Amino acid sequence: MSFENGSSSTAWRRFRDSHFFYRLQRDRRAQVCLLLFGLLMIGLLLTPWIAPSNPYDLAQINLLDSELPPFWIDGSEPGHLLGTDAQGRDLLSTMLYGARVSLAIGFGAVLVQSLLGTALGLLAGYRGGIVDALLMRMADIQLSFSTLMMAIVIGAVVKAAFGSAFYGDYGIAILVTIIGLSEWPQYARTVRASVLAEKRKEYVDAARVLGFSSYRIMWRHILPNTLSPILVLSTVQIANAIMAEGALSFLGLGMPETEPSLGSLIKSGFDYLQSGSWWITLLPGLFLVMLVLVVNLLGDWLRDTMNPRVYKG
Amino acid sequence: MILFLMRRLLQAVAVMFVISVVGFAIQDGLGDPVRQMLGPTATDAESTGLRHSLGLDRPLWMQYLHFAGDAVELNFGDSYFFHEPALDVIARYLPATLELVAASAVITLLLSVPMGIFCAIRPRSWLARGLMGLSLLGISVPVFLSAMVLIQLFSIGIQVTLFPTGTGWGQWLNQLLSIQGGMPAYGRGNPVHVWGVWYTNFASWQGLLYLLLPALSLAFVMLPLFVRLIHAEMLEVLESDYVKYAKARGLRPSRIYFLHALKNTLLPVVTLGGVQIGTLVAYTLLTETVFQWPGAGLMFLDAIERADMPLIVAYLMVVGLMFVVTNTLVDLLYRVLNPRITLSGRSA
Repeated sequence: MSFENGSSSTAWRRFRDSHFFYRLQRDRRAQVCLLLFGLLMIGLLLTPWIAPSNPYDLAQINLLDSELPPFWIDGSEPGHLLGTDAQGRDLLSTMLYGARVSLAIGFGAVLVQSLLGTALGLLAGYRGGIVDALLMRMADIQLSFSTLMMAIVIGAVVKAAFGSAFYGDYGIAILVTIIGLSEWPQYARTVRASVLAEKRKEYVDAARVLGFSSYRIMWRHILPNTLSPILVLSTVQIANAIMAEGALSFLGLGMPETEPSLGSLIKSGFDYLQSGSWWITLLPGLFLVMLVLVVNLLGDWLRDTMNPRVYKG
Repeated sequence: MILFLMRRLLQAVAVMFVISVVGFAIQDGLGDPVRQMLGPTATDAESTGLRHSLGLDRPLWMQYLHFAGDAVELNFGDSYFFHEPALDVIARYLPATLELVAASAVITLLLSVPMGIFCAIRPRSWLARGLMGLSLLGISVPVFLSAMVLIQLFSIGIQVTLFPTGTGWGQWLNQLLSIQGGMPAYGRGNPVHVWGVWYTNFASWQGLLYLLLPALSLAFVMLPLFVRLIHAEMLEVLESDYVKYAKARGLRPSRIYFLHALKNTLLPVVTLGGVQIGTLVAYTLLTETVFQWPGAGLMFLDAIERADMPLIVAYLMVVGLMFVVTNTLVDLLYRVLNPRITLSGRSA
């Protein structure tokens, strides 16, 4: 027991003495962002318990309550703080649940693209030669098409080939795959740039002389030294993935309305903008912007603090 | 230069090959075309016959060559929905998209260059700080959202009743904060016919009104990207020796900023413009969806809804070709503008 206590306190001391913590103490904006991000995370984790109602539970939805305005406009009901959408779902609850879906897709997509991109970037940087040339050309071309366009095209092809029903059933998995597949070049380029720098250092030569396999050298020796650019890129990419998901859902290539993400909420509310119910679409939009902005600001700050060699493409 | 051109050309051909393979692969993605044409009651002999006459019994690579040959001749088959050649349909929808892009590009350029320069030469002023803050906000706002806010503000309008209506000042404040709206935000009105399939929105006052909101919302997404880039580049250029020397010589600041520094700032802007073309197409697609602007993007989305395969394939090929051509041109232009770049063919 005492041993555990001791180790956790050294970990805490190491964190307290770190450059990271020093910078955090001196940057008010970063503190606010971190606090907001933490609050959002906790809120979204606890959504099933803190949300006023469950939008997936049809028994809790009353169609007569549809299109109620938020609390500061006449005609609102105290039960629905931010009003209701066209199907009578409580907007606050639907937004919270939707943000969970958006964030899950964002994290999942970043996981897929970071695994894929890191593996390919390591391979390209370490092997060099024709493997490198081929992979990097592929990355160049894919980036020149823009990742968002790539995601739209893949989404369109999947939807045209398998139909809407399939899309509705596996929405999250499809979106994670699409965004992961279209954004891997970002990681591959960043990782490759750091691998090229690391490869020349003595410890890699030492590992090679000791007879370790190149697989082991790549993953156990070089990769840990490229982690800080990966971390910085990941924050930006989570924001990008959430935006991409929003765009895809808005185009009807994303989550179905029965299990809405923020993007599909905005899309379904858009039809009611002209009839004056602006809150159904603009409030989820505001929430999306807040989420993305907080993550972007954190990413900006992380980049300034850790100052890694992020490849600017 | 010749070597570079050859390499770029080779790469362009390779990319078009990959795109055409994708197009070929999804062309028959919707089950068996023979079954669809004949129905479930067809005999084996009938379906074998049709299969043979369609060329579907040949090996895959021969089918691909057939497809590629047709594609080179710009023949993608008839659209299932429009019952006319897919390329004609695209040609009919493309001018609307191009006009939207052109209008927003003009707005973006006219605004981003002065804004970026101002933020670089007066970094401490509150206006510059405000602009930089706004640009960070701007890159976090999805295009469909800014489009919707524009619609709410200028098409639908907002009626403020926050202040007490009984008093004179309350009514005055309410009226001051309310916006009339009334701007068109649906479709492109009645564009003027110019030539062939080209109808333009630029020729009439009403057409320009219809163009304004979509072009503005598209410009608002591109603007932050360009302002940030021009700002960063300008800061770097202002630190360079030749600018310091020009200052020491006593040249007028306006001459230094707008002639000497700006020229070198615009170089990366050209590249960014090239890299952003794909993003621009994606954003245009979203903008067209919000405003129901009858352009190629909206047509593509409708084609997906209708599973109109020939049209989807044709659109992908056309957009792919556009990407490849513009990217090659931008690379070339970059090299012409910046002779310091080596011509080894490695893209910068």
